[in-house]
Amino acid sequence: MQTRFLALLLVLPALIVIVLFFIVPLFASILGAFEVGDSFGLGNFSKSFDLYSRDMIFTVVIVSISTVLIGLLSIAIGGYLTLGENPRSVAILRWLYRWPMFIPFIVVGQVLRTFLAKNGLMNNILVSLGILTPLQTTGFLDWRGIVIAFVWKQTPFVTLLVAGAMASLDRSTIEAARNLGASRLRILIEIVVPQISGTLLVGLILSFVTMMSVLSVPLMINAQSPTMLTADIAFRINAHGDYGVANALGVISLLLTAGVALIYLRQTMKDRL
Amino acid sequence: MTAHIDLWWLPRAFILGLLAFIIFGPLTNLLLWTVAEKWYFPHMLPLEYGFTFWQRVFSPRGNAMASLMTSIVVATLTVIASLALAIPAGYALSRLKLPFRGLILLAFLIPQAFPNLPVYVNIARFFYEIGLNGTIAGVVMVHVTHGLVYAVWIATAAFSAVDIDLEEAARSIGAGPLRAFRDVTLPLAAPGLLASAIFVFLESLDEFTGSYFVGAPVVNTLPLLLYTASSGGNYQIASITALLLLVPSIGFMLVVERFLRADVLSKVGH
Repeated sequence: MQTRFLALLLVLPALIVIVLFFIVPLFASILGAFEVGDSFGLGNFSKSFDLYSRDMIFTVVIVSISTVLIGLLSIAIGGYLTLGENPRSVAILRWLYRWPMFIPFIVVGQVLRTFLAKNGLMNNILVSLGILTPLQTTGFLDWRGIVIAFVWKQTPFVTLLVAGAMASLDRSTIEAARNLGASRLRILIEIVVPQISGTLLVGLILSFVTMMSVLSVPLMINAQSPTMLTADIAFRINAHGDYGVANALGVISLLLTAGVALIYLRQTMKDRL
Repeated sequence: MTAHIDLWWLPRAFILGLLAFIIFGPLTNLLLWTVAEKWYFPHMLPLEYGFTFWQRVFSPRGNAMASLMTSIVVATLTVIASLALAIPAGYALSRLKLPFRGLILLAFLIPQAFPNLPVYVNIARFFYEIGLNGTIAGVVMVHVTHGLVYAVWIATAAFSAVDIDLEEAARSIGAGPLRAFRDVTLPLAAPGLLASAIFVFLESLDEFTGSYFVGAPVVNTLPLLLYTASSGGNYQIASITALLLLVPSIGFMLVVERFLRADVLSKVGH
């Protein structure tokens, strides 16, 4: 009994920080969303839908497209790392894919902003290779730029998880299928991916939540309308000091994420209990 | 004997080359911007190279040096505060009997599992009322909350990886619990704790959203400077700042496996 008390005492300060600086403000934002003047109501929400319903759809579409692309790419890279038969290519790929993993989002924003612009390095290279003429170039600094930034930055993280799970699979079923003449693509889709789907799901959900709360990428790459809800929240605060609508938009993005986070919690609880 | 020529190297080389271009193209672009004196469309490469912008960034009166110092001070304080909270918590979570252990571990994940922008907005409002907005302490508190999951989870894993017999041996020859912890457990867990310290340091160094609401414009960290320079169209200053943030991140990526040994890594989150 005494050690239990001591253990709680040791954990308590860290827990208090989480409660005080995350959970309390989280509830404040939910309460604030319903505050209209001195009373409570749905005014902030109707205003949010009037002004920003396009941006809500835009946000969901961008984050969903990015999540799907990240999933496909991480399966492809992880699959080649596990099933690839050319040791040199596997080694090169293993060295290559991780680079963007720890690069901060704000740096990703700056890097891709100069690379993907209408007169950025990418178009300059295509023009000097003769693939495009200067008049044909288009900038990618719209929804495509945001998707590229998210996929560029998040794929290595999900791949790391997926490749780790694939590496610890039992090789014997894979070898057996191989001996029976199954192609590597078929082995990947029918044997490997079903066994690592839990890990893949966790990685994708964490990425989804991260992308829903990144402010720097939409600010750096595409701050004009339509943009992501995070940029709208920042605009509401900085330009209007309008905490009501900002909080309502926050609650809407929470709800959009909540469904996804629930799947995640169920997954981790299942693993843990 | 038939000569078998493997033509598969062609698509393999093409895809790997494409991937290398996708990853290193933008990074090369950043490097070029840091030394470009003159660069405009439709020239593929800068017209003049030089280090004038570096001189401007690193001049004693330039605000980049001040931002770098602010960022390092904030990140160092964040590490100290996080470890002070995470070492006791990690020890309790790995060694002692704790009710609802799984739930407590999950609680530290909450700041990563919800979109944190609405939270930062309301923290900023709250900090403004109690005078913490625009202070180093306020920014540090926000960074600690966000980084605590790494600190606690890795510290827990690091303590779990230390053989409990060694601690008990120290106790049996007369060391008190604190002494056994200080002289046996803590030094053995040190590499894992160092890894968690580096994680927290990098998280704090790179953090933008919280600093943007709680710190700006008084506490001007490097990411905030990068943002202001870039929105002002000053791509050279922005790129040099980005490079300063990039070097520790990539350096850590290259050495992470040396700090986080497999026996610690396999216990993270358990």
